[in-house]
This record gives sequence, structure tokens and C-alpha cells, in this order.
Amino acid sequence: MAESGTKNLLDLDDLRAEGGLTGRRHLLSLLVENRPGVLARIAGLFSRRGFNIDTLAVGPTEDPDISRVTLTVDGAVHPIDQVTKQLHKLVNVIKIRDMDPGTAVAREMALFRINAAADNRAEIIEFTQIFRAHIVDVSRRSITVEVTGTTEKIDSFERMVRPHGLIEMARTGEVAITRARPES
Amino acid sequence: MRAADALFEALKAEGVKHIFGIPGGANLPIYDALYDADFEHIQVRHEQCAGHAAEGYAKASGKVGVAFATSGPGATNLVTAIADAHMDSVPTVFITGQVRTDLIGTDGFQEADVTGITMPVVKHSFLVTDPSQIPDYIHKAFHIAKTGRPGPVLVDIPQDLSKMEIDYEPITAAPRLPGYQPNTEGNIKQIRIAAKALANARRPVLYAGGGVVNATASEELRELAGADRFPVTCTLMGLGAFPAPHEQWLGMLGMHGTRTANYAMDEADLIVAIGARFDDRITGKLSEFAPRAKFVHIDIDPAEISKNVPAHIPIVGDVKKVLPKLTGEYRALAPDPSRLDEWWRRIEGWREQYPLRYEDSSDQEIKPQLMVEEMYRATGGEAIVTSDVGQHQMWAAQYYPFSEPNRWLNSGGLGTMGFGLPAAIGAQVAMPDEQVVCLAGDGSLIMVCQEFATAAAHELPIKVFLMNNGNFGMVRQWQELFWDERYKAIEMGPSPDWVKLAEAFGWTGILCDRKDDLAGAMKTALETEGPVLLDVRVTPNENCFPMIPAGAAARDMVG
Ligand SMILES: Cc1ncc(C[n+]2csc(CCOP(=O)(O)OP(=O)(O)O)c2C)c(N)n1
Ligand SMILES: [Mg+2]
Repeated sequence: MAESGTKNLLDLDDLRAEGGLTGRRHLLSLLVENRPGVLARIAGLFSRRGFNIDTLAVGPTEDPDISRVTLTVDGAVHPIDQVTKQLHKLVNVIKIRDMDPGTAVAREMALFRINAAADNRAEIIEFTQIFRAHIVDVSRRSITVEVTGTTEKIDSFERMVRPHGLIEMARTGEVAITRARPES
Repeated sequence: MRAADALFEALKAEGVKHIFGIPGGANLPIYDALYDADFEHIQVRHEQCAGHAAEGYAKASGKVGVAFATSGPGATNLVTAIADAHMDSVPTVFITGQVRTDLIGTDGFQEADVTGITMPVVKHSFLVTDPSQIPDYIHKAFHIAKTGRPGPVLVDIPQDLSKMEIDYEPITAAPRLPGYQPNTEGNIKQIRIAAKALANARRPVLYAGGGVVNATASEELRELAGADRFPVTCTLMGLGAFPAPHEQWLGMLGMHGTRTANYAMDEADLIVAIGARFDDRITGKLSEFAPRAKFVHIDIDPAEISKNVPAHIPIVGDVKKVLPKLTGEYRALAPDPSRLDEWWRRIEGWREQYPLRYEDSSDQEIKPQLMVEEMYRATGGEAIVTSDVGQHQMWAAQYYPFSEPNRWLNSGGLGTMGFGLPAAIGAQVAMPDEQVVCLAGDGSLIMVCQEFATAAAHELPIKVFLMNNGNFGMVRQWQELFWDERYKAIEMGPSPDWVKLAEAFGWTGILCDRKDDLAGAMKTALETEGPVLLDVRVTPNENCFPMIPAGAAARDMVG
């Protein structure tokens, strides 16, 4: 008996608990069945568990029976593990990916309507060029710009134009897809 | 055939024999098809009780319980029972009629968005949009209700669709549910680590919940406990999963658990949670819960693991499959059993110092605890016992030592008063040869007393032992202890006269208000044919102890 345990040593003090907060923003990509009520189930789950959705985008995929829901959640506030495990319990949710920023391509689109009087019109057009954005509508007093890119790029465009008078802004929330692996 | 007939074909294929329900406009086509179908329909007197009866049926037999209700008020009356089944993971299928498809969304007569209303409290739900979906949805509903972590599934069927003709082909293929694949096996690597942790633990506790009962894994739990002298405690929902007379049994844990069980959790170095979910009634103050322990958490529902208490060794799987592997791996390590001696000396010390106790009366007054003990003697501990919610429920958990699973049917998660009588009806329908006793509270029983009519009409010989303390005892206790004795809205008297009420429904009614008469009255009640109500007048102001005040820690137990 003296030997028993020695080959099986496992100090309980060495065990670490799982889970907890990651401290960063997570982009979750969900494949869900394309049926009525699925979005309500997802939204209801978030609200009753006290999770916050920061952005949400829903659209079709290459398969007409399946939709993609892309949402961002703050991992500094919510345990992402719990969020994904709860989402998995929804019968209509087929697959969940916690998109790794290193291996995913994520993009968002935004529309900005900006005050554009004669004195600042040129500056706004310049921003539009720098950000490789597009002017999609113009009037005597305003310019509407479409920006596509990473969330950070859209954030910084917003910071640039805000002092000029941002009349209206609409953002789609991110959508994402994994990068193809480099051919070996 | 008509879609409603196909509904019953599918139910038959699922092995359903009994249905609890009430008809109405929107489910008339279903009841019309039931006219020709070979099922026993138990016509309850309130839809909430159809739901609880289906739960009692499922909890007693392990089979899926089925309840019907019509649209609107019928369906909303079911909601409490659906929520109850969700909290306690009871395999149930609820089939509601819905208004005609052309009326949906128009605030039509008796329209209620029942799939919407119940979304947070179902495991899953289906709204039928094409009559040919009905058999498929029924099979999916049963599959989801009874596999993985069991739970309630709702199927809502618009009235016009259930009348339509469809081509019915029996479905034999397994239901296609790409988003639903419960993992049952348990990761063997994790199981090995858990076995090692157990082998190195000096103060281990097995903490088992209702999941062990649901998984029919009490035998497997006993095996693991027997692999060494592991102390075992169960939650309120787990009672019976481990035999209470066993020497390794610590008693129930949690708010009204034994000091021994709670102190053992407090000092444990390794806690193995098995089909349990660390409810706040178990943990008390989370930050001070089992502060010295590492946790192995075994559950079929991954979302339960690390939800309230972070696990060190998570194991996702069916406890029935995981426990034997864990026992085998543990045995192979052949650890030195004497390392637990000191732990057992500590536990024995608590046991001696803090047995469950109450002060019996010196006169003819009946103490509620004595009533439960007497009930245990009268039934030989062999009855299926259902209960309501309140002090009587906690006293039953403390003083009725359950030896087998599926014998203790109560509402733990939702704490639904009025659960006991309808659950007893369901249990008796499922198990006609068993003795079914409902330990009722007077405040609870009056919420559902219309169901006396159901039991009488269906000649169900259930026995209701009413612990009549004349008040909402549990609420009174909280007002006394935590709200400065500012008693409000707790008295139940002076009505009803329970014996007369029982008799009005065709039951036998018996009154007992003297200690000397109690054993005899119980014997008479159990031996009398047909349903019997035994009104036992107990001490009105007794408190249920010991107790961990809400939000306090195990060390702060009072009483
Ligand atoms: C449906 C419902 N309403 C209210 C409560 C709150 N509540 C918990 S225990 C209790 C009193 C129960 O009284 P009784 O059935 O007489 O049991 P006792 O505590 O007296 O044994 C109440 C009102 C509840 N649990 N369920
Ligand atoms: Mg009472």
C-alpha cells in the first residue's frame, strides 16, 4: 500500500478552475436553422441570462436552410464560455465559432450623413478618399458616405467626421468568415 | 388521414398511453380524433394540474408525461407547470391548440402567443405551420424531451391545420436535429484526472442531484461511493438516489440540510458534483461556499458546468455512463483507504453533535416532524411521496428517509405550491399498483383542491396527508426570523372544513388532532379504499431547522 498513490500523484493544489472572463471582445459566428422564431430565441436567451449583445448581424448563407448570425459580446463583462454553452442549448443553433481575430476576416459597413457646408466639404471628401470610402449621396447641406472595413477603421472614420457635424449614422455590425489556410 | 389522427398515430408510436388535459375550441379537432383513438385521457379540472400531473407521471415512471390544453387561457394555464418541468428537468410534452392560421396575429378570440410566452421555460418548442409536420414534430418533441438533459417541449397546433387531410407514413428514422447532439460518454482523459484527484483527496464529498435520478444512475452512484468510503449527500431533487439508511449518507445538504452535510461541504478538499447544479439553495453565499474545495463536475448539460461554481475537472456526459468509468479508473489506482479515516472521525463528530432533532410535545399536540416520522412508519417507507412547497416539504426531506429514486416527487427549482395533489394523480396513473401519498400543505392544497374531482372521477386511490398548521408556515417562519415578526397575509383559517370539502368531492375525509390517534388514523387512511384526505392538525408555529439563512454561508446555520 505504501506505493499506492505515488505513481498517481496529483496535487489537488495544482488544479485550476476553468472559465472566467477573457477581457476582450469576442466575435461569435453562429450557423442557425433558417426558421421563424430563431432570432427571438437567441435574443431572448441573451436578455434572460443578462448577457449584452454589442452588435448583431443576420443574413443568409450559401445554404438556403441555414442563416448566419454574427454577434459581438464583451468578454470583459460576460464569461464567453457560458454564453456559447447557453447558445448551444438552443436546438436551432447548429454551430458556433468564437472567431479568432488572427484567423478570421471581419468587416462592417456603415453609412454616415455628415454636415457639408461650403467650408468643410473639401475636407470630408478628402477623408472619404483616405478611408477608401464612397460618397453615395450629396445634397446642398450634407454628404452621405459609405465606409466598409474593420470596426476600428469605421470607429476612426467616425472620430474624424464627428466634429464636422454627424447628422446620422447607421452601422451593420460585423460579419466574419475564417481565412483560407495558406496552401502548403 | 386527418392530421389530428396522425398526431395520435405518432403518440402511439412513442408509447404514450395516458394524456392529461382539457378540451376547448382550438383543440376540438384533436379531441375529436381522440374519440376514436385508444388512449386513457385524464380530464383534470385546471390545465396547470394537467401539467403537474404529467410531471408526476414522468417523475414516478421515467416515461414522458403528456398534457393537452386549448389555445389562449388553456395554454397560459399550463405555463406554471411548463416552467416547473423546465427547472426540474422533467421529460414532458405539452400539446396546445392554437387559433386558426388566418387568425394568428390578429388578436383573435382565445389567441395567445404561447410559443412566445413559453420560450424562456421550454427546452424547445414547435409551432406547426403545415399539417404534414405534425408527426415529425411529435417525434422530435419526444426525442428532445427525454434525451440529454430532459425537459419540457411544447407543440402548438393551429385548429385549421389539425383538421386537414395529410398523407401519413409512419416515421421510423431517427429525428433529424442537426443542432441537437447531446454528448453522453464523458471524456475519458478527464475521467482519469478525476479518479486521480479522488485518489489524492483526503476530505472528499460526493454531492448528487436530481440528474442522478433522471439518469437512473443510483446503482452507479452506490458503486462509486462503495469504491472507497466516500461520504454522500444529495440535493432536495436527488433524495432517494442514495439510500438514506446507508452509513455513508450525510443527509440532504443546503438551506434545510443537515449540519453534517453542510459542514462536510464546507471543509471538503474535493467535491464531486454529479447531476447537480449548485443552486443558490445549495451554495448559500457563493463566495464562502466550500472555500477549501476543488470541484469535479459531471453533468450532461455542459452549460451547467462552471455556471455558478467554476469546475476544476469538468466532465460532460450522462452520469450513468460516466460513473462506472470513474469507479473503474479509481479502483485501478488502488489508493490507501485509511487516508479517509481522519475525515470520517470528523464527520462522525458532527453526526453525534448535530443530529436532526425537535422537541416533541408533552401533551396531545402533533408536532409536524412527528407527523412525517409517523407517515414513514405507516407507509413502511415504501410509498411514492409527493409534496407541496413549504415547511412540510422540508420536513419530509429531513424526516422521511428515502431509500429509492423516483419515490420523492416535489417541486424543487420553481417551488410551486399546489404541485403535490396533481403530481400524485399523475404518479398514481403511471403506477396503479403503488401506494401514492401526497404530503400537502394547507396553503398549497387549496390552490389546486378542484383536483379532488379528478381523482374521484378516475377512481384514483391517492391518499392526501394534509399537514394543517393553519398558515403559510414557511412564510410565517421567514417573517418571524427575518422580518421582525411583522406577520402579514399568512393565516389560512377559519375555512375550509377539509373533511367536509373532501366528502363533497366523494372522498373519504378523516380528521386527526391528537397525537395518540395519529398512527391509527394514518393506518385507516391507507387501508381505506379510494381517495382519502387525512387532515392532521399540527403545531401552528413550529419552525423548520436547521437553516442557512438566504445569502448566508454553511457556517452560519441556525437552529
Ligand atoms: C405558487 C406559489 N405562490 C407563492 C409561493 C410562496 N410561498 C412559499 S411557501 C408558502 C407557504 C406554503 O404554505 P403551506 O402550503 O401551508 O405549507 P407550510 O409551509 O405551512 O408547510 C408560500 C406562500 C410559492 N412557493 N408558490
Ligand atoms: Mg401550512
